[in-house]
Amino acid sequence: MRRPLYKQWVHDYGWFVLLIPLLLVSWQSVVTLGWVPSFIIPAPTSIVLALFEDSHLLLGQHLIATLEEVTLGFLLSVIGGVMLAVGMHIFRPIEKALYPFLIISQTIPLIALSPIFIMWFGYTIWSKVAIVFLTAFFPIVVSTYDGLKKGDGDYTELLLTMGAKRWDIFRTIEIPMALPSFFSGLKLSIVYCVVGATIGEWLGGTEGLGYFSRRMSSNMHTDAMFASILLLSLLGISLFITIVIIEKQLLKRRGSTK
Amino acid sequence: MSILSLDDLTYSYSQSHESPIIQGLSMNVHAGEFISIIGVSGSGKSTLFKLIAGLLEPNCCEIHIHGEKCTTNRLGEVAYMPQKDLLLPWRTVLDNCLLPWEFNRKPSRGHKKEVIANIQRMLERFGLGKYEHCYPNELSGGMRQRVAFLRTLITGQDLLLLDEPFGALDAMTKKEMHRWLLELWDDLFKTVLFITHDLEEAILLSDRIYLLPSEPDQGVQEMHVNLPRPRHYVMNYDPHFIQLRQDLEQRLYEKTFI
Repeated sequence: MRRPLYKQWVHDYGWFVLLIPLLLVSWQSVVTLGWVPSFIIPAPTSIVLALFEDSHLLLGQHLIATLEEVTLGFLLSVIGGVMLAVGMHIFRPIEKALYPFLIISQTIPLIALSPIFIMWFGYTIWSKVAIVFLTAFFPIVVSTYDGLKKGDGDYTELLLTMGAKRWDIFRTIEIPMALPSFFSGLKLSIVYCVVGATIGEWLGGTEGLGYFSRRMSSNMHTDAMFASILLLSLLGISLFITIVIIEKQLLKRRGSTK
Repeated sequence: MSILSLDDLTYSYSQSHESPIIQGLSMNVHAGEFISIIGVSGSGKSTLFKLIAGLLEPNCCEIHIHGEKCTTNRLGEVAYMPQKDLLLPWRTVLDNCLLPWEFNRKPSRGHKKEVIANIQRMLERFGLGKYEHCYPNELSGGMRQRVAFLRTLITGQDLLLLDEPFGALDAMTKKEMHRWLLELWDDLFKTVLFITHDLEEAILLSDRIYLLPSEPDQGVQEMHVNLPRPRHYVMNYDPHFIQLRQDLEQRLYEKTFI
């Protein structure tokens, strides 16, 4: 029994969608009634207004700059992360040697490390890419590696009796089995990537939404700052949805794994 | 002609060769025979199959397949069908059946088109003609098992090792599978080793039955099933059949409790 699509949608997101206008209206009235000064929390309408006023700067320059950093850093960490995960999976000594380092790298607060990247790479895009790379790398490596290990022993034995070699098993069993876990990692890390890029821009940059929001906050343009934060959040959401769509397309025609 | 012969086979899971799970097992299988292997849980039935298939190496003894001594690499010499159907959920029925061909590197493996045509012919014969492009999760348990059996046949091996292929099916589906297999058997020209817990199934399908001892040092018993072929699935009411069943039960009983 499947419900019609719109009914399913209303069931899943109805309450959430209903809550949004309620929140917005109460927010708006709190500010217009003068309970909170607008430089502390700007009204939703003034945020939208600021978004339109600065739209040329926000969308044309800063959003693109941030998107560039995120995309580059993310792609590099996917390539590097998958390579490391496959290496660790195929050759145990690599796993033994590098896994502890991987965990140690995650215990270092990124925000403390970022100034060094700024020192190394300057105010160029690469300092931000490096920070994005570091944020995205860990979840990708761990999820890919765990996914590859999931390759079921029974399937492996069956394929061995058919005369399959190591590479055949990797290709036909382990990669498809790893995909769901791999995509979980991608979804996690793409959201972190936006955070990483923002931190990088904060600490040293000449453009990007993070840079813009910081400049606006020091100028007390809270509405413009909120506008850029709104854009950052929307950017994260749309990148996340993009990955979900790719995942759905790729895993569309498979049944349950067990 | 002897297609498989084991002479004094011994195997132990521990490195020190203590408490072997199989000890001094000898067995001779002739081409075209259907042989069932019965034994209580833990008597090493599945281990025996893994040894024959080449997934495990015996501690001592030789395994001869087609009269040739096989020392190390037996993988890809016999067809093995485990209890779980182990169909890859992301592959269609046809693609699942193609697996053995993909790993076969012998020049005799044939052209892909011919193999596909062959699979399609057999699917038709197995009553699965319409399901060629379906995914495993769209099939019933009995159908999945038939696909798994077809995949086993596509290996092109003469000796099939079937490890409780109908063990996970409900009683009615199982009966249906017996009927189906008996109808098929006379023009398959294969040799089958068949693990089962179901005594009736063993008598109905086999030419000979081996009873594995519950204690490894008690030696295996052999029983001839001299019912005429072609067999029919309602033969289990035949007085001779009932007598055989009684005999088999008695032997099992004696062995387990004395």
